[in-house]
Amino acid sequence: MPVTLRDLPKEKLLLPGNASCPGCPEALGLKYLGMALGKKVILVVPAGCTSIIQGLMPGGAFIYPTLNVPFASSDAVAAGVSAAKEILGEDAVVVAWGGDGGTADIGFATLSGAAERNDNIIHICVDNEAYMNTGIQRSSLTPYGAWTTTTWRGKRENKKELPLIMLMHKVPYVATASVGYPLDFIAKLRKAASIKGFKFIHLHAPCPVGWRFDPSKTVEVAKLAVETGMWILFEAEDGKVTISPPSRPYADKSKRKPIEEYIKLQGRFRTLTKDDIKILEKAVDDAWNTILKLAGK
Amino acid sequence: MVVKPLTGNYAAAYAAKLSRVKVVAAYPITPQTTIVEKLAQFIEDGEMDAKMIRVESEHSALAAAYGAASGGVRAYTATSSQGLLYMHEMVWWVAGSRIPLVMTIVTRTLGPPWNIWTDHSDIMDQRDSGWLIMMAEHNQEVLDETIKMFKITEDPRVFLPGIVGLDAFILSHTTEPVDIPDQELVDTFLPPRRQPYVFKPGDSLLMGNVPRNLKENMRMREDIHNSLEAAKKVIEEVDEEWGKLTGRRYGGLIECYRCEDASHFIVGMGAWVGDMREAVDSLRTNGIKVGLIKVRYVRPFPREDILKWVVNAKSVIVFDRSVSAGSAGPLFLDVAAHLMAAGIRVPVKNILAGITGLDVTYEDIADAVLKSVAEVEETGKFSRFIEWYYGR
Repeated sequence: MPVTLRDLPKEKLLLPGNASCPGCPEALGLKYLGMALGKKVILVVPAGCTSIIQGLMPGGAFIYPTLNVPFASSDAVAAGVSAAKEILGEDAVVVAWGGDGGTADIGFATLSGAAERNDNIIHICVDNEAYMNTGIQRSSLTPYGAWTTTTWRGKRENKKELPLIMLMHKVPYVATASVGYPLDFIAKLRKAASIKGFKFIHLHAPCPVGWRFDPSKTVEVAKLAVETGMWILFEAEDGKVTISPPSRPYADKSKRKPIEEYIKLQGRFRTLTKDDIKILEKAVDDAWNTILKLAGK
Repeated sequence: MVVKPLTGNYAAAYAAKLSRVKVVAAYPITPQTTIVEKLAQFIEDGEMDAKMIRVESEHSALAAAYGAASGGVRAYTATSSQGLLYMHEMVWWVAGSRIPLVMTIVTRTLGPPWNIWTDHSDIMDQRDSGWLIMMAEHNQEVLDETIKMFKITEDPRVFLPGIVGLDAFILSHTTEPVDIPDQELVDTFLPPRRQPYVFKPGDSLLMGNVPRNLKENMRMREDIHNSLEAAKKVIEEVDEEWGKLTGRRYGGLIECYRCEDASHFIVGMGAWVGDMREAVDSLRTNGIKVGLIKVRYVRPFPREDILKWVVNAKSVIVFDRSVSAGSAGPLFLDVAAHLMAAGIRVPVKNILAGITGLDVTYEDIADAVLKSVAEVEETGKFSRFIEWYYGR
């Protein structure tokens, strides 16, 4: 069911004055998480920017109960918490909230294990496409060509297709989302919370610090990722793939904005050559072809 | 109560069942595997009302047990050797979180090379983490101490996780008669779970975010230390209470054998304490006044108990089944440091034996002790403080 602004609670579960950087996409995501799921959430957070955003002990900016845990452990801890809440008969939505490192790299075995066991949790991968908390090092979700502090001349490898890898785990729910489309993200969170078993949501999260763009443009960059077709919003319930409304027009290649519009706003792509851009364009076409096939189009 | 032939591993599994563990999370590794198998069977057969999380690694095993325990239920895991080292990061995290849970460690040496036999390298590698750590001598003690460990760790004076160790194969796969207490007895003994906090929806609680004040952070570490000190009394109380219910008292943190009139003391822990008892008997028949101090709890370290016995001793010989390479055996280091700090000037020596699982017989132990005692009787001291003993 589509979500409208009127449906959303006024109460904030992420307090203002938290420790996020200006224009932080994770802070946006955390706010939407609270709006979507309210006080049912128990958050499990591996090392990453969100460890910092929540503020300093003994205070904190999170109203939702939060366990901070070691990097590679979040989904297993979440599975344990979820098991306990089920045994005690408490109505909780246990959410593991990890970055691209905590999800796709150091946390990947744990993620895959929880998905295969169909543990009753939501894993949200807040993908800012590099290890931002340690100072912008490349990850397996950094796109081809991007500058990072471990790929000074641009990353030479492609971004891992994590949502598809999770889809192949045959879990009940997989979705992509973007901080540029909060209502779409909130609707997906609510759907995920209504399903028992393992749910994976991959949240695209443009980071002004790491991507080198103006902090006022986080939402603009996030939207451009979708409008250029670089990030495709879809969901899959029991493996059935549907392109989400914000991305639907861009199934038609002619409707997509040129990827340069997305790239030129970001300092991390400063060194891209024309050939590099062609490689990225081909990656966009390939990704769309795959998704359209999966969606039966 | 029923007496059954049980392996050490099955004794641990029965204890977890009797303790009404609600979540088991474990990953198989030799020699721990049969614990996981038995618990899976208990749960699938409906004999045990618990959920089993069949994790993909040891890191996740302790992470999932920790999650369940943080969520408010009794949780249990078990591992060995490489698996324990793989979960080492979580070992510290659980203690730092002050979340009580119980883990069985079937001690096994560390590679390379691949080797499944017992020594204490794996368990001693956890000794600075803030967990209570004990080593059992026999299968009855494995069962008893596992049940007791739940009570000790969930005591508000302690609120820390605890490890029950047993030696690979010597206990884990060896069958001994074990008294299995009735469920009603264990229910009387073990109160409903207590813990410092529980994660609940709607209850704002943050655990583990960055500290504003490092003095507070350092105080948290001191609190762990102080709680381990306070645990000494709890261990003794619980030992006494269990003794009243079952007739089995172990003596708290240490157990002494023929110590009353002893001039020389052997210190050791784990399954080979059984062999040390025989060695003491055999040395005694040769007129050598040897006593045995069995270390049951290595954390908290039984400083007062050991010092009390050895204050007027002619020598102390500490057997270690692991070594802090570049220094000495960890049990020896603790004993020597506390003797020194208490101003007790008694010759003390470290015998490193059985490392990597090399078999040690009671004759070996008697031989090593006999030679050491002879030296100290003749010269009043040990010419070297450390001896690598490979057998006769």
